[in-house]
Amino acid sequence: MADPQCRPGNASHEQIHLTAVDEFLAWGKEHSLFYLLFATACCGIELMQAGGPRYDIDRLGMIPRATPRQADLMIVAGTITHKMAERVKLLWDQMTEPRWVVSMGSCANSGGPFSKWSYSVLNGIDKYVPVDVYIPGCPPRPEALIDGVMALRERVRLYRTTGQRTKTPHVVAGIEPAFGAHHEKPEQKT
Amino acid sequence: MTALAAEPVAARMRQRTPSIEARTTENGQPFLFVAPADLVLLLTLLRDDEDLRFDALMDLTAYDLLKYPAKAPSDAICAVWLLWSHVHRHELMVQTHAARSDCRLPTTSGVWPAAIYFEREVFDLYGVHFDGHPDLRRIMCPQDWVGHPLRKDYVYPATYHGVSHLRDGQHFESQPAREAR
Amino acid sequence: MTVEATTPSGETMQLSMGPHHPATHGVLRIVVESDGEIVQNCTPDHGYLHRSIEKIGECVEWPMFVPYTDRVDYVCAMNANLAYCLAVERLLATDPATTVVVPRRAEVIRVLVAELNRISSHLIAVGAMAMDVGAYTPFLHGIAQRELVNDIFEKLCGQRLTYNYVTIGGVAFDLHHGAGDEIARFLDQFEREMVRFNRLLTTNAIFRDRCAGVAAVTRDEAIEWGLVGPNLRGSGVDFDLRRDVPYGVYGELGVRVPVGQCFAGRRGRQGDCYDRYVVRLLEINESVRLCREALKLLPPKAEKETDPIGGWQADVTKQLKKPPKGSVHCRTEAPRGEMGYFLVSDGTKTPWRVRVRTGSFSASGIFHKVMRGTFLADVVAIIGSFDVVVPEIDR
Ligand code: SF4
Repeated sequence: MADPQCRPGNASHEQIHLTAVDEFLAWGKEHSLFYLLFATACCGIELMQAGGPRYDIDRLGMIPRATPRQADLMIVAGTITHKMAERVKLLWDQMTEPRWVVSMGSCANSGGPFSKWSYSVLNGIDKYVPVDVYIPGCPPRPEALIDGVMALRERVRLYRTTGQRTKTPHVVAGIEPAFGAHHEKPEQKT
Repeated sequence: MTALAAEPVAARMRQRTPSIEARTTENGQPFLFVAPADLVLLLTLLRDDEDLRFDALMDLTAYDLLKYPAKAPSDAICAVWLLWSHVHRHELMVQTHAARSDCRLPTTSGVWPAAIYFEREVFDLYGVHFDGHPDLRRIMCPQDWVGHPLRKDYVYPATYHGVSHLRDGQHFESQPAREAR
Repeated sequence: MTVEATTPSGETMQLSMGPHHPATHGVLRIVVESDGEIVQNCTPDHGYLHRSIEKIGECVEWPMFVPYTDRVDYVCAMNANLAYCLAVERLLATDPATTVVVPRRAEVIRVLVAELNRISSHLIAVGAMAMDVGAYTPFLHGIAQRELVNDIFEKLCGQRLTYNYVTIGGVAFDLHHGAGDEIARFLDQFEREMVRFNRLLTTNAIFRDRCAGVAAVTRDEAIEWGLVGPNLRGSGVDFDLRRDVPYGVYGELGVRVPVGQCFAGRRGRQGDCYDRYVVRLLEINESVRLCREALKLLPPKAEKETDPIGGWQADVTKQLKKPPKGSVHCRTEAPRGEMGYFLVSDGTKTPWRVRVRTGSFSASGIFHKVMRGTFLADVVAIIGSFDVVVPEIDR
């Protein structure tokens, strides 16, 4: 079984062992995506509420970090103006590889309601930083944010185990319209 | 409502500030119109007068009269002071015009410090220079921004620092023809 | 703090807080010049969220601007909707031919939702202030309660944050079935929750001493710097537009206005951070009462009435194609103080000028004054106590 020519660490059983560690590490990484606490506008409030007691994205291992140097993930939540965009780039530059970007809300995706008539809003943060996941909505519900994060976790695992990074961004699909906070059926009006 | 009738106030102030006029907008809102030279004196008098006592500046803003369909067309920038008296609970609007080419007005930040910020905003968005203002810089747009966006003849920039204003495939035609207004 | 630590050494250091800073509530940048721990000078730098909403107002039609008012102040979008719609209604009312009649049921619903939103907005304000000075838990309690308000609004209009609910001439949807009971139930449990919240934070000696005497704004200063809303009342000025220049059905409700009176006791001063904080809490209580009163005022839905809430009245839509020419100024009391709309119309379907005057803008104007001489660590507490929301400053 053991090949005498083989250098230590390259034997097949050792490789299997190593791969398993990679997967274990990937599993760990995937469950501890620390995000940069970075909210600019309305979507930032939804981000805050997603971190609140009901949606509690902490349970996904997502803990806000105040400094980009400790963050794996940047959630761009809210409108980015031209003045701000350069700062966003600066923050992104300070993050360590591998870094991920989630663009939350129509404004960060494409300028949203301001794309047409505004002179100062940047039409989409992807002009400055590469985006991995787009979440549409104005603002997206916290559920949509969690959906986007789940999609991102797939990518993190893929990257950590195979070293490949998916180039095409993921777009969170629209959510089935539901009524009420707990998906109640609309009550019959009398 | 609490808006004060303009005519009695104008009559009271006419001696000190002769350029004062009591006017009404097209829809009957009273306001005082005054020449820029008398502006600061008038506002100081309005603030200190015992019966008027406009101790708070509620708003300071401006609007562009270029192509505004009025009886007497003008291309000036119309600056508006909205005053409020916490003592007597009444309000008053004061307006003045600044010429478009040489856009200057005296600062009123000596009368109410609240005007410091408002004037910076009017300067940024309309390009009205307030003479004597302690800190007249752009407040909203970046310092190197070109033009004053809220003027009616403002042309939207195509790029800022080399980054385009439009999405791929979006054209300038999709923006409303502002000149046509 | 010993005397040595507070004596200036003459050497200053420049510190740039923001635009990305967890405590600046968004993208506010403050350049602080400090001498040791003492702030010598502070220069706010705005415009990182300048979305040109006022310019958009000149590009879109009158009713199309309502969704943008949501974005002017998203923490209390209902109040922002209401302010704009009232202003347009007042503009239309200047010509008897175009006067809009808002149905009574809609008027009451407006006040109801505005007060509910005031509660949720103040919850964010006090929670975020607590978070800024280092107490994370109260913020979570605030968010938990805010979710419940969001549930009510979501059932009402399908959105959690940007409602676009108040329309020119009424409100978009009628209250859903059982909304009255739901709101009443929320208010009951909310009051119990507030008792806990106060035990946790308001009467907490650490928090009180942290805020007492910090950045006191005197009565005269508050007036001449144009402060509005809870910041003005925190300095002891007894003024509230809902009571003094009433609009809607506020005149019938008899709003009680809390004012700051040195709540922190011996160590505090009138108009300090703690006063502003307590005024907000008292306003929450008042809003709870106003909601209950409004529920009592709510007229029953008439069987035959075709449009009890005046959602999109056909003749209003027609009149907005040709509104009266001229200008109008309308002031309302939003959670962050006066939200005033100054509208200029040229008689066409798009506004000539939409001017939004907001409370946070003038509050940020006084920053450099109150921060001089305070401790560096107080800067975040001061920003929190003024409750600035950045899009309101920048628009
Ligand atoms: S997408 Fe909508 S909710 Fe989000 S920041 Fe933009 S305007 Fe606000």
